[in-house]
Amino acid sequence: MSALVHLQNLSKTYTRGLQKVEVLHGIDLDIETGDFVALMGPSGSGKTTLLNLIGGLDAPSGGSITVGGERIDQMSENALAKWRSSHVGFVFQFYNLLATLSARRNVELPLLLTRLSGAQRRQRADIALQLVGLADRAVHKPNELSGGQQQRVAIARAIVSDPALLVCDEPTGDLDRQSAADVLTLLQQLNRDHGKTIIMVTHDPKAAEFARRIVYLDKGTLADNVQRPAA
Amino acid sequence: MKYLQLVWAALLRRKTRTLFTLLSVVAAFLLFGLLDSVRGAFAGASSSVAGLNRLVTISKITFTMQLPKSLLERIQAVPGVADVTYANWFGGIYQDPKNFFPNEAVAPNFLDAYPEFLMSAAQHAAFRNTRTGAVVGAALARQFNWKLGDKIPLQGTIFPQRDGNNTWTFDLVGIYHDTDPKQRARENALLFNWNYFDEARAFGNGSVGWYVVKVADPSRADAIAQAIDALSVNSDHETKTQSEHAFQLAFVSQFGDIGLIVGAIMAAVFFTLILLTGNTMAQAVRERIPELAILKTIGFTSGSVLGLLLAESVLLLFLGGVIGVFLAGVVGAALEVTTGFVLPPIVSAAAVWARSLGMMILIGFVVGALPAYRGLRLRIVDALAGR
Repeated sequence: MSALVHLQNLSKTYTRGLQKVEVLHGIDLDIETGDFVALMGPSGSGKTTLLNLIGGLDAPSGGSITVGGERIDQMSENALAKWRSSHVGFVFQFYNLLATLSARRNVELPLLLTRLSGAQRRQRADIALQLVGLADRAVHKPNELSGGQQQRVAIARAIVSDPALLVCDEPTGDLDRQSAADVLTLLQQLNRDHGKTIIMVTHDPKAAEFARRIVYLDKGTLADNVQRPAA
Repeated sequence: MKYLQLVWAALLRRKTRTLFTLLSVVAAFLLFGLLDSVRGAFAGASSSVAGLNRLVTISKITFTMQLPKSLLERIQAVPGVADVTYANWFGGIYQDPKNFFPNEAVAPNFLDAYPEFLMSAAQHAAFRNTRTGAVVGAALARQFNWKLGDKIPLQGTIFPQRDGNNTWTFDLVGIYHDTDPKQRARENALLFNWNYFDEARAFGNGSVGWYVVKVADPSRADAIAQAIDALSVNSDHETKTQSEHAFQLAFVSQFGDIGLIVGAIMAAVFFTLILLTGNTMAQAVRERIPELAILKTIGFTSGSVLGLLLAESVLLLFLGGVIGVFLAGVVGAALEVTTGFVLPPIVSAAAVWARSLGMMILIGFVVGALPAYRGLRLRIVDALAGR
């Protein structure tokens, strides 16, 4: 496997009022294509910040981020937005679906940024929904779905434009045990069967067990890097 | 067009709030459509008399200033003038001030100048031959249930009688129908004999309010109007000869600067609309910060988000505005029928539509600007973290 994500001497500092808070410092990390990495660590260790930097949602204060051979830390805001639309899928703890749109319309959202026709967009959205097991819920609004189903719609939205990388921030944090297991199994399938590289922030050791590798962060630095035995 | 679903979805997020905001926009543009029609009518009232076969000559200084009756023969002598008649505003009140309707003293040949006022020959003759005779429009007769032979007492507000009596009593001898469907409102008037008025009034005898001039050749109306006004140049009663429409507007204008009043009302209405809609838009965007952050996350640029938010407010203003101006056209047409005698014809003309569309877009941008700027500046990580 080759490195899809290459982080070198990565640092991130926030300014809160007059204070500067160094959230990440000196991070060197490679994530291979097709890997499934769980980012773990105590609150405030910088997990979400690291995930946001890799997903191109935030800019680093120092160091470099290379994803798929592209230096995303050097991209302009607009270039980064375009890059995200075709290279990264995002899954969040609270699903963040648009309440007024049906499941299908939510899944279609990233495709609005492409040149696909309405029929093509709909077709792709339906395939993505099928993949997450919600083909029969396409016309339902988010409030008509359970938490687990909403998160699966969010996953369908993340994969609909066929990105190489999925970044997931506590994707099971708001779900019951069974729904969480379903979502994690789905992520595992996407990794194993469809070759998606997944980086997932989690507090839950049981969720981390679904990953191939666990990276521990503590106080903004890499604390440990554990390769899990193949399941 | 593919983004329209997002704009719709945002507007339908809080249906009740959107509906009420839409109704306020409708109300504002209904008013705008009506008032802009009125303002436009007054602004265009000084247009030429070319092509008209009936002109009105009034004092150049003010509509309320009387003209000498001696002008009658001199106007009659102007080449191209077919006939001249005259009238005077009376302003009487029937029973109660709220029963307002136009009432005027008119010359014996006044009705000859208005062949569209349809009345039987016998009633015409009765009007000529009855000193205290009056004719009313059919609508007015219906309103007060008047029949031929009724006595109609009016309280004078301007002209008392020479004997100090302020009650003028008229004998109803004719009821006319206006055959011009656009001027049906003229059926709300009462016209009475000039001779009774001029002999009995306490002051102003021998003067008239305005002359109505019929021209033989409408293509020469401009030249005839100039020739009539030339008769009084450098006198103490200089005249202005104009169209009947301009005359009606001048009449309404005596109540105040219509343009200023209308402008002030429109400014107040739109100022309120901007505050109301702007606040609603700001609230709507504040509630959707996480959704906007998601759009940016999945690849919408800041410019796209700005565009979506502006499109949302412009669409809201456009929808409400179009409904409002359309309703203004309907209400305007109704007003034209019921008040046309006094008020200018109110129409939802192309110019009103053009100005309204401009206002819809402008206000849409104004009320959407601040929320859209907030969307533009939104930092994804802060928004997702609820900061």
